[in-house]
Amino acid sequence: MSDTTASAAPPRRRLNLHVLGPVLALVALIVLGASLNANFLGYGNVTNVLARSAFIGIIAVGMTFVITAGGIDLSVGSMAAFVAGVMIMAMNAMIPTLGVGVPLILAGMCVALLAGLAAGLLNGFLISKVGIEAFIVTLGSMGIYRSLVTWLADGGTLSLDFAARGFYRPVYYDGLLGVSWPIIVFAIVAVLGELTMRHTPFGRHCAALGANEQVAKYSAVKVDRVRMGTYVLLGMLVGLATIMYVPRLGSASGSTGTLWELEAIAAVIIGGTVLKGGFGRVWGTVVGVLILSLIDNILNLASIVSPYLNGAIQGVIVILAVVLQREGKSAD
Amino acid sequence: MKRRDIFKGAALGLALAAGPAVAQDQTYTIGVAIPSATHGFMGGLNYHAQDSIKRLEATYPQLSFVLATAGDAGKMVNDIEDMVATRNIDALVVLPFESEPLTSPVQAVKEAGIWVTVVDRGLSVPGIEDLYVAGDNPGFGRTAGEYFAANLKAGDNIVVLRGIPTTLDNERVDAFTAAIDGSGINVLDMQHGNWNRDDAFNVMQDFLSKYDDIDAVWAADDDMAIGVLEAIAQADRSADMWVVGGAGMKEIIKRIMDGDPQLPVNVTYPPAQIATAIELTALGLVSATPVSGRFIIGSQIITPENAESFYFPDSPF
Repeated sequence: MSDTTASAAPPRRRLNLHVLGPVLALVALIVLGASLNANFLGYGNVTNVLARSAFIGIIAVGMTFVITAGGIDLSVGSMAAFVAGVMIMAMNAMIPTLGVGVPLILAGMCVALLAGLAAGLLNGFLISKVGIEAFIVTLGSMGIYRSLVTWLADGGTLSLDFAARGFYRPVYYDGLLGVSWPIIVFAIVAVLGELTMRHTPFGRHCAALGANEQVAKYSAVKVDRVRMGTYVLLGMLVGLATIMYVPRLGSASGSTGTLWELEAIAAVIIGGTVLKGGFGRVWGTVVGVLILSLIDNILNLASIVSPYLNGAIQGVIVILAVVLQREGKSAD
Repeated sequence: MKRRDIFKGAALGLALAAGPAVAQDQTYTIGVAIPSATHGFMGGLNYHAQDSIKRLEATYPQLSFVLATAGDAGKMVNDIEDMVATRNIDALVVLPFESEPLTSPVQAVKEAGIWVTVVDRGLSVPGIEDLYVAGDNPGFGRTAGEYFAANLKAGDNIVVLRGIPTTLDNERVDAFTAAIDGSGINVLDMQHGNWNRDDAFNVMQDFLSKYDDIDAVWAADDDMAIGVLEAIAQADRSADMWVVGGAGMKEIIKRIMDGDPQLPVNVTYPPAQIATAIELTALGLVSATPVSGRFIIGSQIITPENAESFYFPDSPF
């Protein structure tokens, strides 16, 4: 497989503003937050915001690859809830044999990654091998995973055994040198994602496939395999996000991860990835995720307007962040 | 049976079909339409609906039930239309997903001569239902508010987590605010946690960053209380404040039973009210017991002393 296929993607003209738009929005939000509340830049608040961004962030990095390759995945929020449910049930079931300790946690992590892998494989198989529209496949699996977790929980909440929860809790709340684990994992995923997108054949093939599938095919890109790969990667990242999520509250229910898919997709687009595929920017996605969590955080810290309007303010900022980078793109 | 005439008298088509079959062992079908189990409270409601249907089917062989759960108002309307068209229901027990969109479909059911029991959320036109069964939303807020007023001093600070913006949430919060009015308690902030653990966790983290002195939290719901408690534990401020949730989730009740100082009390808003509604409707069909009217289930305060009678370990909620 030759690397020259990357040239299949049409060269894009990008003005500086296009690249800087989301960064400017992020900086503006940070300045606004700092001026509204003295605790905004405090260690506690920064850690809180970064750690809670990690779930959506890890998923959004995977989503960047799916969207760059011209796909979409609406099932990730439900998938996260389902994987969390399966992980909790598996860990509770393994306590009698493994006891509460490191092996139990590792086994739980393996279950989460495998469940995510399987879910991603199923989506990828139906989309790339059976050839059904990604929107329809993932809309279907969104409903399936959401009902499955509600069914597993019997309409209530699945809770991790109390002792196991206590042992697992530090995975969310502790960290290295004052940086909590979710933040570290998010950072590693983001850096690896950026490198993969920019410097590996897989990243370039994703862009080629999203830009023009026919050209990519004639350029000897194994289109099906690349497309399948994006969904499998996303599924595994959902598993990884779940590993970080479960120790936080130790529970999963039918309402876990609601609308995560839309937040992840929004973060990807705010970051400058093109919704119809062909161009992706992982670091932009990270900025997009931070913008979304900062809006929530600032609205809570400031309480400047009626909480009824929070959704409207979020909407305006999201649209503004994208408008900023549209300048000069209209010619496309 | 005499009641049959009351229920079906107006339904000409049904009367024709059922005409020759008048006998002592007349069978009845009850349709139950409720929202699907999307969060803890509705999960409990689904559990109690299924539980009471199972029990009633065993007790009264002449009764059969159609249970439909809906994720939105439109689906619920379809469910109800299907029940009337294909299952010939004699009575409908409905927890309207939203009041406005469900009002005229339920009115049409009533006009077809079918007994209507409305649960929890009223319809926007009064007088449609034969029986109304509901929890006491203002009472839910007032009971919590009275506990805060009695157990905090003037000048103490609290924060409040609200649910999904709805009339129901407004009624609770207004009654709570009225109950603490004049006690000198400062409400530092109110934000929506949407009756969701994760949202409540995030909101509480931000409250803790923003305010150095919080004496108590009205989480107004036990799912939200779980998220709030975790955020407080993370900030290492568990000793500074107590939390009052609501609705009686079994994990929370257990902790109250065990005398957890952080969770002094809880206020009921029982998901089992659906069972009350189904049982009363069934009773009205199979016997001469009069069941029409309004049945408001009071919001009680759960303390460590009486917690045991509110603890249902088998319920998912």
